[in-house]
Amino acid sequence: MTVVAPPVVAQPVVAQPIIEARGLRKAFGTTMALDGIDLRIEEGRILGIIGPNGAGKTTALNAIIGLTPYQGELKVMGRDPWMERDQLMRDVCFIADVAVLPRWMRVSQALDYVAGVHPRFDRVKAEGFLAKTSIRRTSKVRELSKGMVAQLHLALVMAIDARLLVLDEPTLGLDILYRKQFYDSLLNDYYDRSRTIVVTTHQVEDVQYVLTDLMFINRGRIVLNCSMEEFESRYAEVTVNPEQVAAARGFRPIHERQVLGRSILLFDLVRDKVERQQLAALGEVRTPSIADLFVAVMGDSAGQAQGAAR
Amino acid sequence: MNTHSNAAPESSGAQTIAPLAITATRPLYWSVRRELWENRSIYIAPLAAAGVYMLGFLISLAWMPHQLRHHMPADPEHPLIQLAMNYAHAGMLLSFTAFLVGIFYSLDALHGERRDRSILFWKSLPVSDRTTVLAKASIPLAVLPVIVLVLTVTVQIAMRVLTIAALLLTRGDVAREWTLPLFEMQLELVYGLIVMALWHAPIYCWFLLVSGWARRATFLWAVLPPLALAAVEYVAFRTTYLGLLLQDRLFGFSAAAFDLKDKNGVPIDAHFIPLSLFAPGRFLSNPSLWVGLLLAAGFLAAAVRLRRYQGPI
Repeated sequence: MTVVAPPVVAQPVVAQPIIEARGLRKAFGTTMALDGIDLRIEEGRILGIIGPNGAGKTTALNAIIGLTPYQGELKVMGRDPWMERDQLMRDVCFIADVAVLPRWMRVSQALDYVAGVHPRFDRVKAEGFLAKTSIRRTSKVRELSKGMVAQLHLALVMAIDARLLVLDEPTLGLDILYRKQFYDSLLNDYYDRSRTIVVTTHQVEDVQYVLTDLMFINRGRIVLNCSMEEFESRYAEVTVNPEQVAAARGFRPIHERQVLGRSILLFDLVRDKVERQQLAALGEVRTPSIADLFVAVMGDSAGQAQGAAR
Repeated sequence: MNTHSNAAPESSGAQTIAPLAITATRPLYWSVRRELWENRSIYIAPLAAAGVYMLGFLISLAWMPHQLRHHMPADPEHPLIQLAMNYAHAGMLLSFTAFLVGIFYSLDALHGERRDRSILFWKSLPVSDRTTVLAKASIPLAVLPVIVLVLTVTVQIAMRVLTIAALLLTRGDVAREWTLPLFEMQLELVYGLIVMALWHAPIYCWFLLVSGWARRATFLWAVLPPLALAAVEYVAFRTTYLGLLLQDRLFGFSAAAFDLKDKNGVPIDAHFIPLSLFAPGRFLSNPSLWVGLLLAAGFLAAAVRLRRYQGPI
């Protein structure tokens, strides 16, 4: 197994924004699904949008791919996705959910159809991807396992020379092998620096080493937005020996949890102006997992929101 | 990290596909094909109807020439009707089958893709809502009539060949069979199919719109509101204008498109309508036709607009 390193970020010379949003809003009745999102995603980035259920992730993605109207300003490759959806779909590809391929369709028909309607679909490439799976050309989608349907969909999508790929929970309900393989093919066979990928998922551990950028959203707002380099330099997790817990708390950890009788503290080095060396004295210092930071940040923001409500 | 595509070496180099200049009609063509892949009843049901009709005809061959010679002397007033009947019934059966297929197809067309969530896949491709809706509308309005035409003509030719063979074998009256101008009947069929498609267009388009709008029970939503309006009209005013309008929309096409009376004003038998009684001018100047077509266009435009907002249900 090859561990895929996070792609090295291209030098940030006047990178062109692929997605730019200012004050993006969307209300469903009285619920604000998106409550003023500002966003700028440059070419060649792989952005993970992480958030609890109902945080507004899917609404944000649907706005980007022109599936839902919105208020505020949003440009995808310079176009208004709601008004110019038809043109946009030549450059944007998306997997909106697992297993949305029509169940009656044969694999060969899916290839024929996409080749027929998409000017940037490379059928040979798609056949090449499929050759590496056990999917037969004559099978119907309904005869494939959920994992195989995801493989088929990914093969179709990766064979499209799109500039932006949007993935909404593309691996939900798949087992770990399929999930791993999904992201491996995405990075090895598809991604290059001229492409941009936006992905939402609950399986954050799968994407930790895939993303170049990370965004947490909750209740329609961006809670955290940083590159993975920033993430790694900014947050540190320390397993603290019991006798040093009090001292460690002096550095104002943003989160604390107990594992097998030891305390694990998460620090925001930038906000609290803590040096790594200071933490090293307390115990083993690591980069936290996205999942742990998520719990820390979301727990915090949930608390704030409740506080505000009182 | 290896960012270069190593997946399909055979795809690199010489195999690069020139970016196809996709013409406007190409997505439409593939959208229609995909409808035929998904809804095989579009051609299987008319095929089955044609097969059933042929089976019945083959059985009838065993006794038909005998019957023609001995029990059914030609009606001197309408000499062709007896002969035309079998051929006409084939066209009627197939047209009726196609009507039913068209109705049920339209009721599911924009509902099925939302029900099985595949709308998320279709919308991820550069095929506009307009193209999609037009492709779906073309099934009852163009594809089914063509299928009916091809199958009916095939059935009728087979019937004629078999009839003549049977008559020859039984030394029947072959000359009499030849008096029926089959080609004229087939012209009538072409004209009739065009007329029916135009006349029924608002029905199909209304059903398409409902299929894109209703979350469930599309048939009830499509059928009950017009009936309810007609019922309200009757209860409130004791009039039946709306009911008659609906009835005319369903069955009025032949009265609108043909002069169903001969030159003496005597109603003719609709099994054989000679070319001289086609009334395309009158049909095309019928305001009812144009009101219906305007409604159909309005329903389609609404269905296109609606599909923009629709996701899975």
